[in-house]
Amino acid sequence: MAKGEIVMGALAPHPPHLVYAENPPQNEPVSEGGWEELRWGYERLRRSLVGKEFDVIIVHTPHWQTYVGTHFLGVPHFKSLSVDPIFPNLFRYSYDLTVDVELSRAIHDNAAKAGLHVQMMENPDFRIDYGTITSCHLVRPEWDIPIVCISSNRSRNYFSVEVMQANMVKLGKATREAIEASGKRALLLSSNSLSHRHFTEEPEVPEDMSQEHITNHHQYLWDMKMIELMRTGKTREMVDIMPDFTEQTVAETDAGSLTWLMAALDFPEYPGEMHAYGTVIGTGNAIIGWDPASA
Amino acid sequence: MNATAVGREAALGEAATNEPTAASPIPLGILVPGLPHPLLCPEGNEGWQRVRDGFAAARERIAASGADLLVVYSTMWPSILGHQLQANPEPEWTHVDDDFHYLGSIPYKFRIDAEFAELAVAKARVRGLHARTVAYHGFPIDTGAVVALKLLNPDNELPATIVSSNIYANRTETTVLGKALRDAVEEQGRKAVAVVVSTLSNRLVTEPMEPADDHIHSLKDDEWNRKFLEYLEKGRLEDLSQLSRQFHDEARVPKVVAFKPFWWWAAFMGQANLYSGTVHAYEPVWGTGSAVVSLEPAGESTGDLEYDEDDPEFYSGDREVLDLHDAPSMGALPESDGD
Ligand SMILES: [Fe+2]
Repeated sequence: MAKGEIVMGALAPHPPHLVYAENPPQNEPVSEGGWEELRWGYERLRRSLVGKEFDVIIVHTPHWQTYVGTHFLGVPHFKSLSVDPIFPNLFRYSYDLTVDVELSRAIHDNAAKAGLHVQMMENPDFRIDYGTITSCHLVRPEWDIPIVCISSNRSRNYFSVEVMQANMVKLGKATREAIEASGKRALLLSSNSLSHRHFTEEPEVPEDMSQEHITNHHQYLWDMKMIELMRTGKTREMVDIMPDFTEQTVAETDAGSLTWLMAALDFPEYPGEMHAYGTVIGTGNAIIGWDPASA
Repeated sequence: MNATAVGREAALGEAATNEPTAASPIPLGILVPGLPHPLLCPEGNEGWQRVRDGFAAARERIAASGADLLVVYSTMWPSILGHQLQANPEPEWTHVDDDFHYLGSIPYKFRIDAEFAELAVAKARVRGLHARTVAYHGFPIDTGAVVALKLLNPDNELPATIVSSNIYANRTETTVLGKALRDAVEEQGRKAVAVVVSTLSNRLVTEPMEPADDHIHSLKDDEWNRKFLEYLEKGRLEDLSQLSRQFHDEARVPKVVAFKPFWWWAAFMGQANLYSGTVHAYEPVWGTGSAVVSLEPAGESTGDLEYDEDDPEFYSGDREVLDLHDAPSMGALPESDGD
């Protein structure tokens, strides 16, 4: 069996607004558009994947929050309705997806060996979180590739960003090794925004783009700092300053997704391909792809 | 966005009449924990069974209270766009907890008082809050609210609504929210039970554990919990409200900005120490301090009143600078009404 590989890793944030704006048949609410810069960025990310074959999409999601260890989907098929608890007016999405349980379990086993507390999620009534669905939809709207979904362990809340990061580095490495041993080709998604201070009001027309901007300049400066490091291949430095970034901008990097991705990619020193930066209800969102073939 | 001056005056005009009495529109308050173990596997640990029995005792209090409405404030339902109230008349789903999915699924069908929820939103807006109802099939009702309604109101004897806990809200906003809900209860002439879904100390055991080995995560958490329970037994609700910041620092994993349920509870039931309290259960549930407590308005106060914090009627805070807003060094805000 050939050695498995990561064909691409991407920062793929999940504001449900982007799905809402696309009006796919799976989503019940109807929009007039909006957030085009980010949606075009996702188009560019999808284009960068044309010609690359992959067997599985592995997503680390901030919105499956677990406190007792890191959990992995362990049921082969899920079909249900996902309603966003914060923006139910924008996201009521009927999903139908398959899970690569074999690889899921392999990563689980590897992570256990690395000393992490892990658990398979085997309840067929479980509802897939909207972060996973949004990121996967925007990267691969065809839903024709099985996924592996990894929960966000909230060790940041219990200890610190540093402890969370140390665990995510282990998890990223365990993920890479499981992929290599599996012989599979994987696309990895870190499903998170950068700065994450929301507006607490929504415009009457949610897609009214005259209302959209970063919550404050401070968040913008931090987002640009992080993006610059990712664009120039300084990902170790980026991970090193992530605790400060996370604290200062209430960033969604607190979930560990981006640290996991960087560790899985073994901290790329090649530039990330910048597809878009844009704000959604005040939060900062970047779509960036790392192609190991470009290393 | 501020409400109109007229609205504000209306809110303030109705203020300061919420001393708890026997004829109170909120004749009963119930504190319950939200983890699923007492519902799904009480047999797993004697303490979980005692919490389950505590729910049963609280249910008897509800039946005896003459209440016609349950208002559930769940700390396990976070919101961002202001405050959300459940208003789907018959939400129906099979719920699975994010962490404790292996304990099983929880099918539910609840009876929600949509009209009350709509009125409460209107009252919240008059008091300067952002609020909206949610009424969508499949909306993810949180584990805590599901557990509370399944165990306190299993046959949907009473209609209910569920209130979210805004992640950015601090004391002023949460206090005003409680008062707004009380406004709605009074306007409809209802008798409501104030159900608070919250653990005391919230630190879970984050490692694999046999159910029989469950324990409060630390002695310090346990001691703070017992201090709170002592106050609850004496009915000193407002004192607990005033101690919430300290409790947040001492016994809570800081997932959110503040420990809010006692602010809401006191504002909704009446900010006083004039209650009689009963602790029906206090046990560890996966490391957390899980108590079932009931509070009823009493004739006389059992505690000294020593209130340090102000008593806002109207919310006009800038949510972008909440913490700075409270700092004396910032001086008065241009429109420093209410808080
Ligand atoms: Fe998110």
